[in-house]
Amino acid sequence: MSKYSMHLLVCGGTGCHAAESDAIVCNLRDELEAKGLNETVQVILTGCFGFCEKGPIVKVMPDNTFYVQVKPEDAQTIVEEHIIKGRKVTSLLYRDPKTKEPVADSKHMGFFKKQMRIALRNCGFINPENIDEYIARDGYAALGKVLSEMTPDEVIKLVKDSGQRGRGGAGFSTGLKWELARRNVSDEKYVVCNADEGDPGAFMDRSVLEGDPHSILEAMAICGYSIGASNGLIYIRAEYPLAIQRLKTAIKQAKEYGLLGNDIFGTGFNFDITLKYGAGAFVCGEETALIHSMEGLRGEPTLKPPFPAESGYRGKPTNVNNVETYASIPAIILKGAAWFSSIGTEKSKGTKVFALAGKINNVGLIEVPMGTTLREVIFEIGGGIRNGKKFKGVQTGGPSGGCLTEKHLDTPIDFDNLIAAGSMMGSGAMIVLDEDDCMVSMAKYFLEFTVEESCGKCAPCRIGNKRLHELLGQICEGKGVLSDLDRLKNMSLVIKDTALCGLGQTSPNPVLSMLDNFRDEFIAHITHKKCPAGQCRSLLEYIVNAENCVGCTACARVCPVNAISGMRKEIHKIDSAICIKCGACMEKCKFDAIYIS
Amino acid sequence: MSHIKIELRKEDVDFIKGVCTSFNNDPQELINVLHSCQEHFGYLPAEIQEVVSEGLNVPVAKIYGVVTFYSFFTMTPRGLHPISICLGTACYVRGAEKVLDEFKKELGIQVGESTKDNKFSLSSLRCVGACGLAPVVLVGDKTYGRVAPDDVKNILREYE
Repeated sequence: MSKYSMHLLVCGGTGCHAAESDAIVCNLRDELEAKGLNETVQVILTGCFGFCEKGPIVKVMPDNTFYVQVKPEDAQTIVEEHIIKGRKVTSLLYRDPKTKEPVADSKHMGFFKKQMRIALRNCGFINPENIDEYIARDGYAALGKVLSEMTPDEVIKLVKDSGQRGRGGAGFSTGLKWELARRNVSDEKYVVCNADEGDPGAFMDRSVLEGDPHSILEAMAICGYSIGASNGLIYIRAEYPLAIQRLKTAIKQAKEYGLLGNDIFGTGFNFDITLKYGAGAFVCGEETALIHSMEGLRGEPTLKPPFPAESGYRGKPTNVNNVETYASIPAIILKGAAWFSSIGTEKSKGTKVFALAGKINNVGLIEVPMGTTLREVIFEIGGGIRNGKKFKGVQTGGPSGGCLTEKHLDTPIDFDNLIAAGSMMGSGAMIVLDEDDCMVSMAKYFLEFTVEESCGKCAPCRIGNKRLHELLGQICEGKGVLSDLDRLKNMSLVIKDTALCGLGQTSPNPVLSMLDNFRDEFIAHITHKKCPAGQCRSLLEYIVNAENCVGCTACARVCPVNAISGMRKEIHKIDSAICIKCGACMEKCKFDAIYIS
Repeated sequence: MSHIKIELRKEDVDFIKGVCTSFNNDPQELINVLHSCQEHFGYLPAEIQEVVSEGLNVPVAKIYGVVTFYSFFTMTPRGLHPISICLGTACYVRGAEKVLDEFKKELGIQVGESTKDNKFSLSSLRCVGACGLAPVVLVGDKTYGRVAPDDVKNILREYE
């Protein structure tokens, strides 16, 4: 890298990729070549910077200039102004939402200030398709250290001492999991990486795989050495073509360098990794279901025990960890258990990646120390609520989690605090909701997801969730009765207690937490037949504003059920008993004379 | 199994058998085999499943069970330009449902159906991980971000 004096890092994550970051790279390279600068300035397509809201991102190094919402046609300006004349292109800089001043250095942006990147340490810094860049940032040094200086038991002790807990959702100790897999004696064992990121709104695994695939390969090899496995499998969603392609490239490069394959570092340790594709089933994130899916079967979970550590893939001891869990392992090995466990809270060590999405200003991927409060995450890093609206809640843990509200904003985020607050960490998706979101509809939305994704094996999940969804649907349509609230609660508790796997046991969580935190809203739907957020179509009332109505009859003519009456040039009237709330009248009216109450 | 009856040509059968062989005819590779077949044929009708059944020595009922379990596999052909609307949570709260409604209205079809001329088909999916661009619509391999109901007509026009 030394021959270049400057680097232009262009985000190549899925979001920016979709927004033409490829064309930006091409144009920048063409411009540089035209100006004879292609020998001194290098353009690199990197992984995700995390600031997806303002993508595509171009970062200039070494001066850390952070350009946002760059278009392919901006390439010329960046080269001519910044590279040649040394003047920053102010129009492309990020503007602080409060002061409206441009911020040149990404270190001073609110979005990055409070972040601490361990799992995402290389995302946005290296070219994920070049193994040399990974190696230049201490890549594969941890594998070398483990193979040459440590016994498998020492590695497991180090991981245990670091206090790392699985980032996939349940938060089980990583070191302990490895130890269990090591203890079971077998001629063959397997290391599995769970990259079936099915939680809607979570995209951290995808970003790590796209931005830093080698860190996963290295960590899997370390795990293989520790538990005594020589085969690794990555179970990845078929919906992530870019991540699959980058993983394939990375595996090929690692094999060429002798960092995967036989006799790694001349130590006699063999380790190989193959890819297995998911096919769109959320339940396959559950480890027993995932293993069945890898075996070519329907992804139905089975009762534990036996745990995969005893009998997993092909009936052999298997260790399954999530992408983010693996991504931190090389850093933990190199910097030590004491370093990692000094970060975070008493029982949740290290950092956690969160995917911020929904009604928040800075949609993106962030990594913060455990124990950071929701307020810091949403209002400082996330930049607050879009369009100046009022914060209503944040759904953590996806369809398995719960909705946290205003009163939880100052709770330090860690595994145990989130559970105590009625939610869970899950994979780390945070969907921010504002005053326009109807909580009954949200609960219904999550149940719809669970109903669709339930594998159907056990009755509580298959039938119970369907009934929950129907009850919520009736409430949204104004056909609910007050006793439904108790039925919802009782049924939820039964499903939690009796469902077979993690999917069913957590699926009623959104209902329970919405009932706890937004009971008034349920009652408004049931008793007053009103949706306070104005989302539930059946509960809306279309009304004619007498001041604006000119009596043109356009609305009456378009109404499919003849609910609108009124003579020409007279003020019209909508009979809400007949109205089917299709909204056609409002769309047709040219005088803004129809509104929704 | 499916109302669509197709006749496989000899080269089609050879292709499927070739895929099975490339995975060592290992029944545990069933899902990878199905991925390769769907990528080639666009969908997985009963006739293809029957050939896979022979190739991997797995009962066809089991294959049907797998094909219908996973949402990625389909037994009906998709349109020339398959349209997928992301209904992941991030897209949902930013109005993806209204976008979906607009597509339904414009194309006159429901989710899971194709237009009469087989030009477009409509499906919904859960999270493509581009939440920064919510709501997201995919037409073939092309991603459209921050789609509003008003944009739907223009998107469709690109494929006329």
